[in-house]
Amino acid sequence: MDIDLSAQNVTKVFEEFTAVDNVSFEVENGRFFSILGPSGCGKTTLLRMIAGLTEPTKGRIEIRGENMIGISPNKRPVNLIFQHLALFPMMDVGENIAFGLQRRGEGRETIKRKVSAILDSVDLSGFDKKKIEQLSGGQQQRVAIARCLVLEPTVLLLDEPLGALDLKLREQMKVELKKLQAKIGTTFVYITHDQSEAMVMSDYVAVMHNGKFEQIDTPQNLYNKPQTPFVAQFVGDNNIWSGKIRKAEGLSAEIETDDGSVFKTKVDKALKPGLEVNLFLRPEAMVIEPDKCIEDLNRFEVIVKSILFDGANSRLLANPVNANTEILIALPQNRQYDYIQINDKIEIGWNKKSGICFKKNED
Amino acid sequence: MKTEIKKQFRWGLLFFLTPVLLWLILLIVLPQIDLFVMSFRSENDAGEMVWSITNYLNFFHEPIYWLTFVRTATYSILVAFFTFVIALPVAFYITKVVKPRFQGSLTLLLLLPFWVSEMVRVYGWMILLRESGVINHFLLKLGLMTEPIEMLYRDSTMILGLVYTSMLFMVVPLISVLDSLDDSLIEAAYDLGANMWSILFKIIIPHATPGIVSGSIVVFMLTLGNYLTPNLMGGKNSLWFTEQIYNQFIASFNWNQGSAFGFLLLFLSSLVIWIGLKLSRQTLSKVVQ
Repeated sequence: MDIDLSAQNVTKVFEEFTAVDNVSFEVENGRFFSILGPSGCGKTTLLRMIAGLTEPTKGRIEIRGENMIGISPNKRPVNLIFQHLALFPMMDVGENIAFGLQRRGEGRETIKRKVSAILDSVDLSGFDKKKIEQLSGGQQQRVAIARCLVLEPTVLLLDEPLGALDLKLREQMKVELKKLQAKIGTTFVYITHDQSEAMVMSDYVAVMHNGKFEQIDTPQNLYNKPQTPFVAQFVGDNNIWSGKIRKAEGLSAEIETDDGSVFKTKVDKALKPGLEVNLFLRPEAMVIEPDKCIEDLNRFEVIVKSILFDGANSRLLANPVNANTEILIALPQNRQYDYIQINDKIEIGWNKKSGICFKKNED
Repeated sequence: MKTEIKKQFRWGLLFFLTPVLLWLILLIVLPQIDLFVMSFRSENDAGEMVWSITNYLNFFHEPIYWLTFVRTATYSILVAFFTFVIALPVAFYITKVVKPRFQGSLTLLLLLPFWVSEMVRVYGWMILLRESGVINHFLLKLGLMTEPIEMLYRDSTMILGLVYTSMLFMVVPLISVLDSLDDSLIEAAYDLGANMWSILFKIIIPHATPGIVSGSIVVFMLTLGNYLTPNLMGGKNSLWFTEQIYNQFIASFNWNQGSAFGFLLLFLSSLVIWIGLKLSRQTLSKVVQ
């Protein structure tokens, strides 16, 4: 597949502060690529460098193999959808969408045809004479997308455009954006701090932290095989135990946690006994009251502190017996566990394949 | 009980309003009414004061009067335009280019000249520009000229002075209106392929129109009613309409004619502003916000 966007060793330094630190990645044609990171991790700076609104201190940015460094934003084949959309309030919907086409000097008839065609494809036909402030949040969103797509950019950049919407609309727009991208086939580069947005929509997600990419992978791999402790913690919920390796044998190890439990888990690479580690475990990797006959499970007892009901995403908040650490356990809503009450003592089991183990950071 | 409080409140209000009302009525409303009445009275052939509109007709019959007004109004519009052209980059620089922590001090620098009176500032310009002035002195010293030239008492000098005097009244509304312009709109336009000029004409000026119009109205009115600057920098040739009014009151001692001119100035300048508002599709209530 063709590479639409490629960044090589891109670095941006703002007086003593390195916002983007030696980032390299490639995005193939037609992909939905997300950059996920907490606020202040440098993702907006990276996006602005691709759009040309900020010049990188070092590194190369190529679009379809052409170097973009030194080319101003109005000459680049990329368009950016701003966080607050930046629709022009002094123009109506049609004029907003026609703005880019007029700057290219396209004919009046062509512009008219293209504007109505793009309004059709974002389900806003007949809206061209409306004022921006007459539109709802979701409609404004679609106008902003149409305004960029009408220019047929090689890459469409999106800077957290769903951030300002309410939850229901955001869920709806997530699916709509994904469908729209599949329909038109333009390469999307989407930045967000919301992991659910990134996971639902993207083909590939890059997790960014302190100006660096921690991992670039499919959403499934990010969730199931995080490569760094940051990714394990940031993507999805995770329970963390800190502890020490007691015994190690090839790719399996026995860990004694600080709260006194002993767990067997697989490890990605051989670790020496005595090493300080963090053990990560997903809430849904834990089974409540497992059958006695299942072997090869780590079993321990907890006391239920609170039941966090949230539909399909319900959890139990519990303390291991004799310890104060809090752990989250998935609570399937199939009525099997309705009997569980606060302060009940229950047994929890998990398979050693579910654990993820990282060497403890020195910091 | 309730009515008592109401009564007290009314008395209190009246007490505090009295000085203002006295000021307004005695010093502004009454003299204006008197002048207005006076403007409709003139001497008949027998030398008696009678009601007539001769004073107003004079304005239209004597070309020197209405031509002076047309000249004054045209120059005032020109001054407003030049002020806008100079003030827009200044306001843009202060609001969008400089770091926020310097914005305050730069605005203060703009205000600084206005701490001294207009008279002093105009004399400052005269020291610079006159035949034996600073600029001529330097140009002669540098050998760029052999003879000093008189830079004062020209229309262009007068316009320079008027633009300088009214700069602030354009910069301040422009700063406030540009401050409210979201930077991302400019970036979005740039990203969508706009160059500097289309950003200026499609984004910045449409957004700034209320500020431009309110600044222009203030500058236009102040320039039209300015007496000092045209008189000192334009000299005898300045032919400013306020000088005509001054002449009627002071030189000819014809108060009736002078007050008629005064009201014509008020009426005609309001008319110009009304036309300007219609042309820029703005409403007064939106502009004065």
